[in-house]
Amino acid sequence: MRAIETFEPPAPSKVNYLNAEYGLKSWLLTRDHKRIALLYLGSITFFFFIGGIYAMMIRLELLTPEGDLLQSTTYNKVFTQHGIIMIFFFLIPSIPATLGNFLVPMMIGAKDLAFPRINLLSWYIYIAGALVTIYALLAGGVDTGWTFYAPFSTTFSNSYVVATGLGIFINGFSSILTGLNFIVTIHTMRAPGMTWFRLPLFIWAMYATSLIFVLGTPVIAITILLMAFERLAHVGIFDPALGGDPVLFQHLFWFYSHPAVYIMVLPSMGVVSELIANFSRKNIFGYKFVAFSSLAIAVFGFLVWGHHMFVSSQSVYAGMIFSFLSFAVAIPSAIKVFNWTATLYKSSISYDTPMLYGLGFICLFTIGGMTGLFLAALAVDVHLTDTYFVVAHFHYIMVGGALMGYLGGLHYWWPKITGRMYPEAWGRFAALIVFVGFNLTFMPQFVAGYMGMPRRYHAYPPEFQVFNVLSTAGASILGFGMLIPAIYLVWSMRYGKRADANPWNLPGLEWRTQSPPPTENFETTPVVTWEAYEFAPPEEIEVIGRLRGEFENV
Amino acid sequence: MQSWIPFIPESASTMSWKVDALYFYLSGVTVFFTLLISIILVFFVIRYRRRTPYEIPRPIAGSHKLETLWTVIPFVIAMTMFAWGARVYFEQYSPPENAIEIYVVGKQWMWKIQHSTGQREINELHIPVGRKVKLIMTSEDVIHDFFVPAFRMKADVVPGIYTSEWFEATKPGTYHLFCAEYCGMNHSGMIGSVIVMEPREFDNWLSGNAGNQTPAVAGQQLYQSLGCVSCHGANGEGGRGPTLAGLFGRQTLLSTGQTVRADEAYIRESIINPQAKLVAGFGPIMPTFQGQVSEDQLVQLLAFIKSLQIVSPQPATPGQSPATTTTAPTRATPAPNAK
Amino acid sequence: MAESYTTTKHAEGHPALQHHFENMEQQREAGTLGMWVFLVTEIMFFGGMFLAYTLYRSKYPAAFASASNHLDITLGAANTGVLILSSFTMALAVYGTQVGKRKLQLFCLALTIVLGLTFLGIKAVEYKDKYVDSLIPGTLIPGHPFSPAVQVPGESFDEHKLHLLPGATVKNVEMFYWIYFAMTGMHAVHMIIGVGLLSFLLFFSVKRRYGPEYHNPIEVTGLYWHFVDIVWIFLFPLLYLLGRHLEHGG
Repeated sequence: MRAIETFEPPAPSKVNYLNAEYGLKSWLLTRDHKRIALLYLGSITFFFFIGGIYAMMIRLELLTPEGDLLQSTTYNKVFTQHGIIMIFFFLIPSIPATLGNFLVPMMIGAKDLAFPRINLLSWYIYIAGALVTIYALLAGGVDTGWTFYAPFSTTFSNSYVVATGLGIFINGFSSILTGLNFIVTIHTMRAPGMTWFRLPLFIWAMYATSLIFVLGTPVIAITILLMAFERLAHVGIFDPALGGDPVLFQHLFWFYSHPAVYIMVLPSMGVVSELIANFSRKNIFGYKFVAFSSLAIAVFGFLVWGHHMFVSSQSVYAGMIFSFLSFAVAIPSAIKVFNWTATLYKSSISYDTPMLYGLGFICLFTIGGMTGLFLAALAVDVHLTDTYFVVAHFHYIMVGGALMGYLGGLHYWWPKITGRMYPEAWGRFAALIVFVGFNLTFMPQFVAGYMGMPRRYHAYPPEFQVFNVLSTAGASILGFGMLIPAIYLVWSMRYGKRADANPWNLPGLEWRTQSPPPTENFETTPVVTWEAYEFAPPEEIEVIGRLRGEFENV
Repeated sequence: MQSWIPFIPESASTMSWKVDALYFYLSGVTVFFTLLISIILVFFVIRYRRRTPYEIPRPIAGSHKLETLWTVIPFVIAMTMFAWGARVYFEQYSPPENAIEIYVVGKQWMWKIQHSTGQREINELHIPVGRKVKLIMTSEDVIHDFFVPAFRMKADVVPGIYTSEWFEATKPGTYHLFCAEYCGMNHSGMIGSVIVMEPREFDNWLSGNAGNQTPAVAGQQLYQSLGCVSCHGANGEGGRGPTLAGLFGRQTLLSTGQTVRADEAYIRESIINPQAKLVAGFGPIMPTFQGQVSEDQLVQLLAFIKSLQIVSPQPATPGQSPATTTTAPTRATPAPNAK
Repeated sequence: MAESYTTTKHAEGHPALQHHFENMEQQREAGTLGMWVFLVTEIMFFGGMFLAYTLYRSKYPAAFASASNHLDITLGAANTGVLILSSFTMALAVYGTQVGKRKLQLFCLALTIVLGLTFLGIKAVEYKDKYVDSLIPGTLIPGHPFSPAVQVPGESFDEHKLHLLPGATVKNVEMFYWIYFAMTGMHAVHMIIGVGLLSFLLFFSVKRRYGPEYHNPIEVTGLYWHFVDIVWIFLFPLLYLLGRHLEHGG
């Protein structure tokens, strides 16, 4: 029995990317993708908690049927801003800009991304967009819903629509540049021997996500620009009173915003592939199928936007085409779930925190994905659209899916990023709390939705109260569960157990350099001669069955 | 608003159970696959937990057979869901021919309802049980949505166009009406009731609430006060402008060579933006009435024009005046298209 | 992929080699692919406006034809010629750099900049004319709303007056004009950025930074410039050439 060691670990050096240079300027003018990833980590965590505060305000208001906690205009701003912050300033950048930035070069054996200065520019653009949006929030907020439907947003809202739109517009360029950087890096900077089908599935997922970044984000940019233009200049693009078409806004908006949800979940799926394979010490079952599923989701995701518009006066025939394609896009996701599950068969599973988040993802994403089928089915969507069913569905994907993957990945790569381990017992405890709290928050909302409770309602008829009370109780537990990692992860950066190069004993390229890594990632450029998730050379595999006396011969 | 099945709202229309049936199918499949995956996961996680620190299981590359199986089966199931949903949807969004037509104008933050027989309501819609009802809706300002959970039906109410939804109530009672498209400050207050009554009660209600003009009569008055008579004739017989009698629902040839159906949207557009669809053989001389008529008034003009019928079999051509009569209903007679 | 793999922290070779690349070949590949990916994002960006154009043109064909006729086709055609010529000079500049013909490189870069500025100048003249004729849509310029003088039938032809074809309304003509300003305005912004990039290139070319061994920045800027040119090639017929036959016989 020997450890998975097929290489000589580098002699640990005291110099790594964190202490190579000191001072504010060395961080604010860094070209190191790892430092930029940390800059992003701090920024998106800040916005996550702002978005979370808005969420708590929503849930507190909805404890009672009357609108008695907040004025309706305030409530409308709260849910709008919750959506905008969580989507544009947390979820969309989360995995790509933190874990992606940190790991893409390392996992392919490169020294950095293709365009390090553009990477830094991405972060500054994000900050610029964030500052403009914060200004808009502090100046008075925006109350159009994150979907900015016209003509309410262009003509009737009295809130800071243009400022918020500008903030999101600027932020979009951050995404576009990150996606561009990843695509070029993955194409041109793989280490020798790192062929496409030896890439970790996280890289495939980041590549597919980058395709969406690059193709979809410009469309929301121009849509916001046109909306702002109309609001300022009253030209009649979307306002029917001036000859425009409000449904055109919806088409332009959803053409990006549907692929955007795949931007939010694909990276998380990539992380889950890593977690499942590495914490069960087995290659992903059906590697090529999982890889191509990511691409298929990215491509098909551009063809289904009309399923947000089944009741909008869109043609019935267009609705049928969008419904069919929406069912089709669910299939690659189902394939992934089955492949992940099959990977666990006859594997060797450890119950570390990252694995718990990975398993939680599979379970909750299954629920979220299947409830999406309810909404793809035209007749049922007619009843369910714009109710709490939709809210529950997308939170299952965004929180139960994307956020779980993010937390799992953060814990998995924490020792590599910081050189310290987080406290495992607290990690498992928090994962459990988050899982329980999350389900209690959002499962009742499915029921409330089918019962008819519309979304974006500040006050509601009393028969929906029981579901709202359960949901708020769950949200409190979920909020508490989120605070725990915030505390112990920060604590671990100073007091956590020091981690060596490969604390989990894994074959990935990122584990073949010290923790934290040196600025140029690898002492020498690696030459890859093994397949993805190859835990030991084939001739040295200890067959798990033999250890348990299940097999006679091997 | 509970039905006897838990977690389901009351079922009060002919479509409700159709939607519910598909919902139960979807729920069943969801519960099945969720349980399947969860149970397998829990089983594997326990059965294949790591026993010794350095063990490595034998890698399994994959199986094309399994991949095919779990691609094809979900795809087939998905297609059944699609086909079933599409079929019911087609029925939901195909308004029936002979339905009671009721006009709805949504505005921030109230519903204005106008029966063809003249009754007006705010935030309440009285309808008879067992009769098909079609709502013709528009908005005065932003997009709203007329949502009746008990009927499992909603449709966006969009400014600038007419949208419609139809239902046939099956059970007397009072049901929630919600606005289901965020529309600003009092979106959650833009609620009301749909009150379904037995036919006798409904007739009583109609006569008890009479006293208003029918929309068609109001429309006729507008038609005169706005000066439509001068080009289109007192009875829609035409003249300098195209004939309006018998126009509604007919195919119309435009100056561009296109043919369009003269539906509600066409008539509304021709009042607001007359040159948009110019009728063949007529010059662009009609002035626009945008800003001069409210959505309520447009609905009344629409009702009036719909009521204009040709009596004599003479064809209507520009310049001629065939004999026509109007059949603008009084409050005693039901709307022309009602059963 | 390249043959040799460096093991040192600082890559040897050309002074322009960035430290994170293995060799110049990889750097060149990355730069070129990066520019192509960026141009794809630009296509998606302009695409939204082309969609709006398509939609509203099919809704208001007569208004669009009337408005298009009212644009100055001479200036538009001149701009088209200027841009096509500038793409030629740009390509020559790239060629000159690749083969080491420094005079050609510098001259053509400078000429491309001059042609780009010419384009912008002609555009400015067009915009000024629109302002004078009150064709700026909406309330973009406060106090100066969209109120063009309309040709009355029977009056003698006045090129400053808008001739409305049958079926066109002033309101719908305004729709054309906001699309015109949005699309040509966005295009002009891209031209300005292009001229800025070329100025940088010219400055560093004078300092002998680019030559046969290192010319990728000029090549990828050429790609960008050609793309901006192609967008104009689409804009010109869609905006300037609609319905000319209705107005001018045929």
